[in-house]
Amino acid sequence: MLRYALTRALSLGLSLVVASVVIFAVIEVIPGDPAAYMLGMNATPEAVAALRGQLGLEGSVVSRYLGWAGGMLSGDFGVSYTYKVPVADLVAQRLWVSLPLALYALALSTLIAFPVGLIAAARRGGATDYGIMGATQLGIAVPNFWFAMLLVMVFAVNLRWFSAGGFPGWEDGLLAGLKALTLPAIALALPQASILARVMRSALIETLGQDYIRTARAKGLSRRQAVLRHALRNALIPVLTIIGLQFSFLLAGAIIIENVFFLPGLGRLVFQAITQRDLIVVESLVMLLVFAVIVVTFLVDLAYAAVDPRLRRRT
Amino acid sequence: MRLGAQLWVGAGLTAVFLLAALLSFAWTPHDVEALNIADRLKPMGAIYPLGTDHFGRDILSMLMVGARTSIAVALVAVGIGIGIGVPLGLIAAANRGSLLDEVVMRGNDLIFAFPSLVIAILITAVFGPSALNAILAIGIFNIPVFARVTRGGALSLWTLDYILAARVAGKGRLRISLEHILPNITNLLIVQGTIQFSLGILAEAALSYVGLGAQPPTPSWGRMLAEAQTMIYTNPALAILPGLAIVAMVLGLNLMGDGLRDLLDPRVRRARG
Repeated sequence: MLRYALTRALSLGLSLVVASVVIFAVIEVIPGDPAAYMLGMNATPEAVAALRGQLGLEGSVVSRYLGWAGGMLSGDFGVSYTYKVPVADLVAQRLWVSLPLALYALALSTLIAFPVGLIAAARRGGATDYGIMGATQLGIAVPNFWFAMLLVMVFAVNLRWFSAGGFPGWEDGLLAGLKALTLPAIALALPQASILARVMRSALIETLGQDYIRTARAKGLSRRQAVLRHALRNALIPVLTIIGLQFSFLLAGAIIIENVFFLPGLGRLVFQAITQRDLIVVESLVMLLVFAVIVVTFLVDLAYAAVDPRLRRRT
Repeated sequence: MRLGAQLWVGAGLTAVFLLAALLSFAWTPHDVEALNIADRLKPMGAIYPLGTDHFGRDILSMLMVGARTSIAVALVAVGIGIGIGVPLGLIAAANRGSLLDEVVMRGNDLIFAFPSLVIAILITAVFGPSALNAILAIGIFNIPVFARVTRGGALSLWTLDYILAARVAGKGRLRISLEHILPNITNLLIVQGTIQFSLGILAEAALSYVGLGAQPPTPSWGRMLAEAQTMIYTNPALAILPGLAIVAMVLGLNLMGDGLRDLLDPRVRRARG
């Protein structure tokens, strides 16, 4: 297990380095002069020169990369050109919207998908199963931002149960915050829950066909006991992988959903930074997102190597 | 749903959109770029079958041309994925366990770590938003998908006797890959291509919704939704129709993909039966 963890940790480190080089190259090397790009067409040479100094563009590419990457490691993400505040402060503020949103959606998606997948697998081939499979097929096809608009139409415009957007901040209490995140979380969770329910169903059906389930039944366990005690645990391996993958989709999906509901999260920040050509913010935010995805994938890998010893051999 | 039924429903839905997109090259009920303020926000009727938007543009015409944008972006993105991913997968499988294989597969993992939306953000931050950059962002994400499917399919073929026979006959790895491996993984690629096509439609819609896709005046479903968002209080139909179009198209492709997989992969058929 330790050997497996170490190999995986090494490849985690390598992925992070390569990812940071790619992001740095795309943002700072390909456009030519980032300072000229950020200031636009009508910038005076003096202004460009001043910004170059401010951005630390005078050094060589290698020293600039090392400076940026080293800063990221120590929590210094640079200073936003438009907001004139450290990017770390901007991120910290907005992470308190984006992260709870992604986790809320992940919880919803899991809570919906588990029972639904379980029921469909237990009633395989029946009308309930066909109904569930049809519904999940539809759920996968619905774009989450459109589903979000439909939710706003029904629950905010017509029923007035929720507000159509905005975020009161956690200072107004946990419930007010959660209420503001509820529609966005449902919109994010629906397509993911549909995928997860289908994975859950097929994983369960596969384990139910295994010999050890027949043995368990032969020993006198009821169907329900066999499913809950033996099949479910083994079916969880592929399900866990998908949940891990979904976290990155949810984080990326949150970027779009935040724009539907005008939530002050990382997604809004990214798009504002793009329109304002604030490359420092874009660069650091993209790196953070990729960092989150790589680390979560790593943790999921470790978690299920711990659950399933067979996977450790396959490094 | 019975085997075959979902294939036909899926293929039918997909065909409707393909035909609408093709037809839009030659004819649309109205000009999609002509602004006609006098006829703005008309309800569904005889002249404008699905009504008009806030600029008086015909919704049906915009949906037809929007289908063209979606399909073009998704199709070219799948083409990029196949064009680069399949050769990489074949090479990796032919040199299994070598450094080359390792590099290709780790490179794939790395691209997977960038959600396609994040790739799109990176590209647009530098090159500005356009349909071309949307294609690039979605296409780059398709490369590792096809590389994996190809490598996985090819690896299982490389162990078979007829490949051994071909090697004994003196054929090189390249020739075996092209003559024996590739034709036998075509089914896999067709199924994966359909799935990636539908994901591409969804991704294009999302990108153009946030303004990172096709730019005005080119109609696209995602941007129609973005423009309709401020009018959901007064004109909900504007926000519903483009969404329905996306759902129907994606649903059609997904059903077709599932149906094709059942049809082309006998193992799935046996497992289901």
